[in-house]
Amino acid sequence: MPDTIVPASPATLSEPLHWPAEGATRVPYRVYHDPEILKLEHERIFRGPVWNYLCLAVEIPDKGDFKTTFVGEIPVIVTRNRDGEVYAMVNRCAHKGALVCLQERGNRQRLSCVYHSWNYDLTGQLRGVAFQDGLRGKGGMPKDFDPAKHRLEPLRVAVYNGIVFGTFSDETPPLEEYLGPMVCEMIRRNFGRPHKIIGYHSQIIYNNWKLYAENVRDSYHATLLHTFYTTFKINRLDMDGGMILADPIPWHSLSYAKRATIQEDEGYKEVHSAQFDENGLEGPELLSTFHEFDDNITHMIQSNFPNLTFQFTLNSFALRHFVPKGVDKMELHWYYLGYEDDTPEQQDMRINQGNLTGAAGLVSLEDGCINEFVQRGSKGSENEAEFLEMGGREIGTSDASRATETAIRGFWQGYRQIMGFAG
Amino acid sequence: MGIDHDLRVRIEDMFQDYAFAIGDDNVEAWPDFFTEDGAYRITTRESVQRGFRMALFSCTGIGQIRDRVTALRKANIFEPHNYNHILSRPRLVRQADGSIGGRTNFVVYRTMHDGPQSRFAVGCYRDVIVEDGGVPKLKERSVVLDSRRVDVLLVYPL
Repeated sequence: MPDTIVPASPATLSEPLHWPAEGATRVPYRVYHDPEILKLEHERIFRGPVWNYLCLAVEIPDKGDFKTTFVGEIPVIVTRNRDGEVYAMVNRCAHKGALVCLQERGNRQRLSCVYHSWNYDLTGQLRGVAFQDGLRGKGGMPKDFDPAKHRLEPLRVAVYNGIVFGTFSDETPPLEEYLGPMVCEMIRRNFGRPHKIIGYHSQIIYNNWKLYAENVRDSYHATLLHTFYTTFKINRLDMDGGMILADPIPWHSLSYAKRATIQEDEGYKEVHSAQFDENGLEGPELLSTFHEFDDNITHMIQSNFPNLTFQFTLNSFALRHFVPKGVDKMELHWYYLGYEDDTPEQQDMRINQGNLTGAAGLVSLEDGCINEFVQRGSKGSENEAEFLEMGGREIGTSDASRATETAIRGFWQGYRQIMGFAG
Repeated sequence: MGIDHDLRVRIEDMFQDYAFAIGDDNVEAWPDFFTEDGAYRITTRESVQRGFRMALFSCTGIGQIRDRVTALRKANIFEPHNYNHILSRPRLVRQADGSIGGRTNFVVYRTMHDGPQSRFAVGCYRDVIVEDGGVPKLKERSVVLDSRRVDVLLVYPL
């Protein structure tokens, strides 16, 4: 699929970025600190030939429903129009650029800018301008003013198994082609039946968005930093599992594990591990689970370029959308999901296991600070680089082991290509 | 049956002791403020409004409450910090079943080990309090945060 990405011309920065000759096994720290690079990412990635996550279709079930979100730092409105179709547009009035929708969600017949009452329909088309003809024959817009030429800037929308994606670019390949067969299969597995949101919160973390994109692809750290995982044998490298990369652009990835297959490895005795006593949890119902999928995968985390991740941690099903807020800050949105046909017991288990992830997650709260440690640690060393050779220097599926950084290298390979940092 | 002055004072003292236990990093004492079947959760105003049962942090029963303390001490990794709770006067109402319903606003300031200080959380405790041998205990404490955004991470109870 490389030919389906517009080959980026060399990046234009006031000071050229020199990517080390070792390629995707090195990442210059400057990419986390340089505001000019974030600006270029908006041009090449968020406004470029990618499908950005917008929202879930279940958030806008009825005609007139809207939801606001962000593509990169660009504010976006997603609507369900009177024709039942989903539309997306930049949340920026065609007049003075004010936000048109201030709420995060709601239901409207029309979208109206509060500043000067410019009115848009739910597709973003301008329908009315206050005092277009002036008052008492004076003022008003020029005679040649054509409302059809002023609308909210549109995005193209595609919905796949209830996930709404949008793109600014005409060059973006069809959604299923962009995601590839591996991603599509996992989306169908997880979203292919009626689902619902059962919980939601967000988290502000102080790191560049790409550090989080690395973090969710980092199967090497997951069982070392997050000791709750290892102690309670929720996810460990000594379970059958693997890391699958999308082909041929390896910027989407899937890490998975099968809890029933653990063969305890001595290596875990040497790493920092939680020292719960032998009785384990005093409230063991936290880890009550039910068998859910015939593939026996009990832990999976899938990450799609640029900034969408979804996961099953046992029966806890969540979607994460991480939105840049400047070079050194991002908002991480956690959507917790269940299925319409869950029994009350299954729903209770999902709710209980929700304690594992999120801003207060027993196995994930460390990610709130660990990426910030890299952001802070790499400050002033913009010309130095990360070293990513765990699992070798190859970029490809690793079905034997998750002690690898292959998915991180895959992310950077795609990133360099789309950004024109290919060296 | 109303709430006499003496009982009110004991409940208010318990609330303060709860906050001091967390602020003094004596989080081991935190489970003692709950009944054996006590429930604790941290949720958000938005989640309450949208009818989400799922919280950010939820413990049902003293075992799960103690497990959070053990995880904080032995499993979780984070930069050292501490909380300082400022509580409003609680509004207390006797319920039909004899328990006491409480509502108390709070502000929690967070100080990091190396000095940065910020307002970490603003919200409301919604409590169910029962007397256990004359000692007021929390049968339920729902911490409802005004904001749905958590700054960095949440590891200590609020």
